[in-house]
Parts: sequence; C-alpha cells; structure tokens
Amino acid sequence: MVKLLDKPARIPGGLHLDAHKRESLRQPLQAAPVPELLTVPLSQHIGAPAEALVKPGDRVGKGQPIARASGYVSAPVHAPTSGTVTDVGDFPVPHPSGLSAPCVRIHSDGEDRWFEEPAGIDNPFSLDPAVIRHRVRAAGIVGLGGAGFPTSVKLNAGPERRVELLVINAAECEPYISCDEALMCARPLEVMQGIRIVAHALQAEQVVIGIEDNMPDAMHCLQKALEACGDDSIHIAAVPTLYPAGGEKQLIYALTGEEVPSQGLPIDIGVVCHNVGTVAAVYRAVVAGEPLISRVVTVSGGGITDPRNLEVRIGTPIETLIEACGGYTPEVDRLLMGGPMMGFSLLSDSLPVIKTTNCLLATSAEETPPPQPALPCIRCGKCSEVCPARLLPQQLYWYARARDFDKVQDYSLFDCIECGCCAHVCPSHIPLVQYYRYAKTEIWDMERQRRKSDLARRRHEFRLERLEREKRELEARRAKAKKALDRPKAGNADAKKAEIEAALARVKARKAGQAGADAAGAEQEKN
Amino acid sequence: MEFPARPSPHLPVVNDVSRLMRQVMLALLPGMLAMLWYFGWGVLFNLLLCTLTALAAEAAMLQFRGKGVRTGLGDGSALLTGLLLALSLPPLAPWWIPVIGTLFAIVVAKQLYGGLGYNPFNPAMVGFVVLIVSFPLQMTLWPAPRGVGEALLPFADTLRLVFAGVLPAGETLDSITAATPLDAAKTGFGLFDTWSEITASPLFGALGGAGWEWINAAYLAGGLWMLRRGVIQWQIPVAVLGALFVLSNPFFAADSDGFASPLFHLFSGATMLGAFFIATDPVSAATTPRGRLWYGAGIGVLVYLIRTWGGYPDGVAFAVLLMNMAAPTIDYYTRPRVFGHRDS
Repeated sequence: MVKLLDKPARIPGGLHLDAHKRESLRQPLQAAPVPELLTVPLSQHIGAPAEALVKPGDRVGKGQPIARASGYVSAPVHAPTSGTVTDVGDFPVPHPSGLSAPCVRIHSDGEDRWFEEPAGIDNPFSLDPAVIRHRVRAAGIVGLGGAGFPTSVKLNAGPERRVELLVINAAECEPYISCDEALMCARPLEVMQGIRIVAHALQAEQVVIGIEDNMPDAMHCLQKALEACGDDSIHIAAVPTLYPAGGEKQLIYALTGEEVPSQGLPIDIGVVCHNVGTVAAVYRAVVAGEPLISRVVTVSGGGITDPRNLEVRIGTPIETLIEACGGYTPEVDRLLMGGPMMGFSLLSDSLPVIKTTNCLLATSAEETPPPQPALPCIRCGKCSEVCPARLLPQQLYWYARARDFDKVQDYSLFDCIECGCCAHVCPSHIPLVQYYRYAKTEIWDMERQRRKSDLARRRHEFRLERLEREKRELEARRAKAKKALDRPKAGNADAKKAEIEAALARVKARKAGQAGADAAGAEQEKN
Repeated sequence: MEFPARPSPHLPVVNDVSRLMRQVMLALLPGMLAMLWYFGWGVLFNLLLCTLTALAAEAAMLQFRGKGVRTGLGDGSALLTGLLLALSLPPLAPWWIPVIGTLFAIVVAKQLYGGLGYNPFNPAMVGFVVLIVSFPLQMTLWPAPRGVGEALLPFADTLRLVFAGVLPAGETLDSITAATPLDAAKTGFGLFDTWSEITASPLFGALGGAGWEWINAAYLAGGLWMLRRGVIQWQIPVAVLGALFVLSNPFFAADSDGFASPLFHLFSGATMLGAFFIATDPVSAATTPRGRLWYGAGIGVLVYLIRTWGGYPDGVAFAVLLMNMAAPTIDYYTRPRVFGHRDS
C-alpha cells in the first residue's frame, strides 16, 4: 500500500536552476488570437496517428472531428475553429528531427462557430467510469505535460488493478515554463473538478497534488478551490523546488518514498499520475462537452518582448503567438519547444502549436549559448552526483562512445530520462544526452534488425522444414504409387486364388443349404 | 524566421575543466608557500623546471599527435601535473631530476596513453616513482627545514648547486642535507631506537616532522577549501586519512615504542598532499561514490604498510599507483543501485 509521506523525500541528484517563471506570469492568462490558417497535425500523441476524416474543400465547424483514432492507443483530432479545409497532406511539424507529417490545414472563416453546441453534464460523479473514459477519448485528450500519451488509456487502470493513489503533477520543474501555474491561478475550480472527475474515473482511494514550493500563489488558489469542493480525499503537497522533481517517477518518489520499478509503470505500485493541464481538459470534456482544441502555452525567454501565458488553439503558427507577445527582441538566438533542459530546438517559427506544446522559448545567446567544444571526460563524477536515476553517466558515456552496447545496457542506459542534468554540470562540456540518445537509437535499431533476422531465420527454417516435408511426402507418394503399380502383377494370382476359393465356398454353402432344405421339406412332407 | 538546430539541454554549462584545474592550483598555494618557506629556493626551481617542462612536453606531444595545442594546454592539466610532481621532489636535486620526471609523466604516463582523461595512472606519481627507483641518491637531497640545523642555502648557492652541481665552499652534500622525518623514523626503527628516542631529534615537531606538519596543515587547509567549493568530493580524502589513522592506531597503542604515532603519519611526508591533491585526481581514481571510499581506504592502508614495513620512507606514490590499477575493478563492483532497481 503506497503511503503519502508527511515530509517529501529528497529525490536523488537534481539541480537547483534559476526558475525564470516570473517573467511570463506578470501578465494574466489571455486567449491568443485565432489565426487565419491553422495547421493541425494528425499525430500529436504517442501511439498510432489519427486518420483524416475530411478532404480539401470540406467546411468544418469548431470542435468537429477531423481525424479519428486508429487504435486503442491513439487519439482523435478536432477542428480548432470553423472554416474550410484547404489541404490534407504532409507539412513540417514540431519534432526534434524537423520532419514533415500528415496535417489538416484549415482556413478560418473568422466565425469560430461550433460544429455542434457542446452538450454538458451536470453531475459527472454519477457517471460510470467507462462513460467518462469514452468522453475523454472522444475529446482527443492526451497528456498535456509533454508526453502526449492518450489520457483515456491512463484512465483505465485495468482489471484487478486498484488505484491507491492518484498523483496530480503540478510540479512544473523546468525553468521558464509556467503554463500549469497560470492555469491553476486562473481556473483553480476547473482544475479541482477535473481532479475529482479523474479520481472518480479511476476510483482512486487517495489523491495528492504535487506542486513545487516556489508556487505559493497557485497553491493558495488550489487550497481555496479545495475548500470550496469540500473533498477531503485530496491533499496538496509541496515538494522542494529541484529539477527534475516534476518527472513522473521523481514526483512519485518525492511524495511516497516509493520507486516505480525500472521499465515499469506507476500502476505497478498502485499509482497513476496525471498532469494538471490534462485534468483541466478532462473537466472541459466531461462537464462542458468540449473537445481538446486549445491549451495554455507559455511564451517566454529573453528573445520575447513581452512574455506571457496564452490560451492557444491547436494548430496556431508559433509566429502568431510571438506577435501576440510583442514580437522578438533583437537578442533572439534560439527557438525551443518545451523547457531549456529537455525541450528541442525548432528550425522555424512557422510550425504549429500541438497538444503537447507547453512552452515556446525564444532565448538570447546569453541564456542559451552555442555548445562549446567538448574536452575528454576526466571522470570527475559531477554527472553522477546530479543524476536523478542514480546512474553513472561517465561510464555510460565511456561505453556509448566505444559502441559497447552490452556494457551500456549493463549500466542501465534505459533508465536514463534524458533530463540533461549530467550535461549541465559536465566540466568537459560533453553533450552527454546526445550520446545516450545515440546509444538508445542504435540499440533499438539492433533490436529491430535482430527481430527481422530472427523472423528471416524462422522463415528460412520453416522453408527448409517444408521442403523436407514435401520431399518426404513426395517420396511417400512415389512409394505408394510404385506399390500400386506393382500390386496387379503380384496380386493377380492371389486374387484369382481368392476368387476361386470364394466361389468354392459359395458352392459349398449352397449345397449345404440345399441339403438342409431338402431334409426339412422331406420332414414336412412326412407330417 | 529561421533558427539554428541545437541539442538539449540548452542552458549554459556551469563547470569547466580549466576552471577546475585552476581551483586545484589555487588550493595548492598555501602548501606551496609553506614548502618555499621551510625548504628555500630549491622548491621554486623545482616548480619552474617541472611546470616549464610539463608545458613544453605537453605542447610537443599534442603537436606530434595532431591535437589542438591551444586547447590542450588551456585545460591546465599539464601545469597541474608539473606542480604536483615539483612539490614531491627534493629541493636540492639536480635540475635534470625534475626534467626527467616531468618528461616521463607527461610523455609516457599521460600522452602515450591518449592524453587527458585516458591515463590509467596518475602521471605525477609515475614520474616520481621513475625517479625514486632510478635515482635514489638524488631523491634524498632534502635540506633540513628552516629553523632546524644550519640556515637554508641562499639563492645564488642553490642556483649553482641545482644547475651546475657546484657545492658552496666548504660544504659537502651531507652537510647541507638532512634526513626527512620519515627517513629518520625508518632508520631509527632499523637501529631498534624507540619512538621517543627518535622523536627527540630536532627534525620532529609537535605532530609530525618539524616544518612538515605545517606544510601538511597548509595542504589540509587547501583541501578543505576544495571540498567546500565542490572541486573534489569527500570520499577519497576521508578514506585515505581515515584508513591511515585507523590502521596506525592499534599498532601504536600496542607498542608505542616500536611504531610511529597516528598523528605523525597524518602530518608527515606527502600525506595531506596525497590525500587531497593526488589521490583525488579523477582520471585515474575510482569514480563511484562507494568505490572512492574503497579506493581511498586502499591508499591509506598501503601508505601505512609501505612506510612501516616497506623499503621506502614514504609510500604515497606507490599506494596511489597500486590503487589506480584497481580502480576499474572497484568501479565495476561498487555501482550504485539505479533508481527503480532492486538491490543486486
């Protein structure tokens, strides 16, 4: 049974980073303008990409499904506003590799008219959990903390699985990102009701909101909302501000002192974790009947004139948001999606916002200087001091560099969460995370190759076996045929003999029968 | 607008190898000054000869290996190797002693193994051991520390002695040098003198050797500053000093005539220099937290064994090299339990 700790546990490693959250919180949460042209990718989640339901020229209403989920782990996509579909095809999407992927492009008609007036529900707590899951799935909700895993799947703990503790992740540990904090301050009641709906759907026994202790305002707002709800199964727990305390496994550890098993899921220890933005979206989907067509995005960094948090329609080009924040400063140097530790750099600001876009960071060269040339590793071990997974990054680096992929797995490479703490403190400026990504990709590739060659080997063995069997069968058939050919010669004499014997037997039987009959007839005649 | 592609994490890196090396050098300063004060100009010549040779050898080897000379020298590691070796050498040794030792340290022990980060053995200690096994006589040329016996040689006399081998008029090598306290202890015990008889000599101070105890205290101060600044971690120095102290205690307690005192071990010879500046060389040391404890403890134990029963008066260099050999194995068996894994 997982128990909440009275005092949060200290996560291993971690970094104290400058928060930089005040910059974007000076302005209240506002709605971003709806752009003229929206590009809505069909794969904004982990799992199978959604399948387009519209074609160029179709008129769509706000909230209309434009793509449907194509599997259990998938999510539908909805039109963020009303307008006309101009294209269905590949466009550049926000992705670390800068690739293009299937998107639906919608030209807004400026009316922002609903496809169907959303149908709300008054008392979500009387609903069957399956109904809630269905509504969440139909609303296209995915984890808004960054991972984008379909939420409906995570609302289903599975049979025989008891959810002892629901953890609401409000830690938001990466610098600059403040979208969750802005949301909690602006709409604490929605957040709190969302939490209660998710807790109801999961039949969770206990609920805890894990929040970093540098957000007193958000904590105060939640506290008030909690009092308004009068739900005493929900606790608010402040965890010390320490990057990456907002990592799922790290937050669970800080709150409960329990470690999620390596390669396992929180449910393995009776815990489910949802992001605070996700539960707010669940509230809107279940209570207001609105699909996920917008989210809160932090636009910040030294490259932004007037940083703030914006409620943004999915598919809005980044440049529209930059404009809404007063444009770039002359110092702008780099554009990131996500935070400065785990976010990835974008090549262009014409890319759209997607469901997992929590932050857009335009930074100056001072904030995020270009990488310095790497020196050899001196094994100082500063990396292992800050590693939240208690790995030995210096050894992982050594073996990754040597392409010794067995050793690298021996040192638990796949427990690395790529938080970047090690690289941040490396005095040799080695891009450590890059090496780990490289090793992981190589291992995955090798695994694929191995599976492929296994399959090929199995196929080959099967073919050999089949050829062998066919040969055997052929021989057997041949032998049989040969026998069949031989039989007439050898069998003729036998058959004749048998026939003769049979004939003799018949004659004998008849004679005997006749004799009997005659005798009987004689007796009858005598009577 | 277009932007460059950059890998995460994006925040500026907070540490720097050359800054780390500079901090270590800064921490050496008190010990260096104490050495200069107690042993005179010879220490300065050693420092100059070692550092200049180290920089020249490093530059030549980097050039020869086709590596960036500027970044290679800029990391400060060669300079630090030179300093550490210089502080281990007898101040009146002829000029070619520091030169040969440093050349061996940089060329063979460091660059031939692949340069910074790839040397399995501590380069300065390799240089030292080459010298002590090859030139045992020259490696004994320590003057008596300031305040003991005759006055230290003046600058010009030292210069002539070190570079031209010319002794001051009326002096012999024996008259201008003296046994180090560790030497005196070894010889004394060899003659079955008791510890109290041995330490009655003016070569001994309150804790360790006269002068040496202050030099060691200065290194200790520098080491504590490095710990405070996070330049080194506590495990190795604590384990070295702890093991040395713990091991020397029962022997001294059982036979206080036949063994040197634990405090003498801590404040004599290269103990503090070794514990804070040499054993902590990250490249050749163990790198896991628990491994560093074992590694340091191994050094402490070996230092005591060599000093007490070995053939050399001090054992820091041999102890460090022997434990360098064991470091990869120690690391393998002391891996920390990874988050989410059961104890293995």
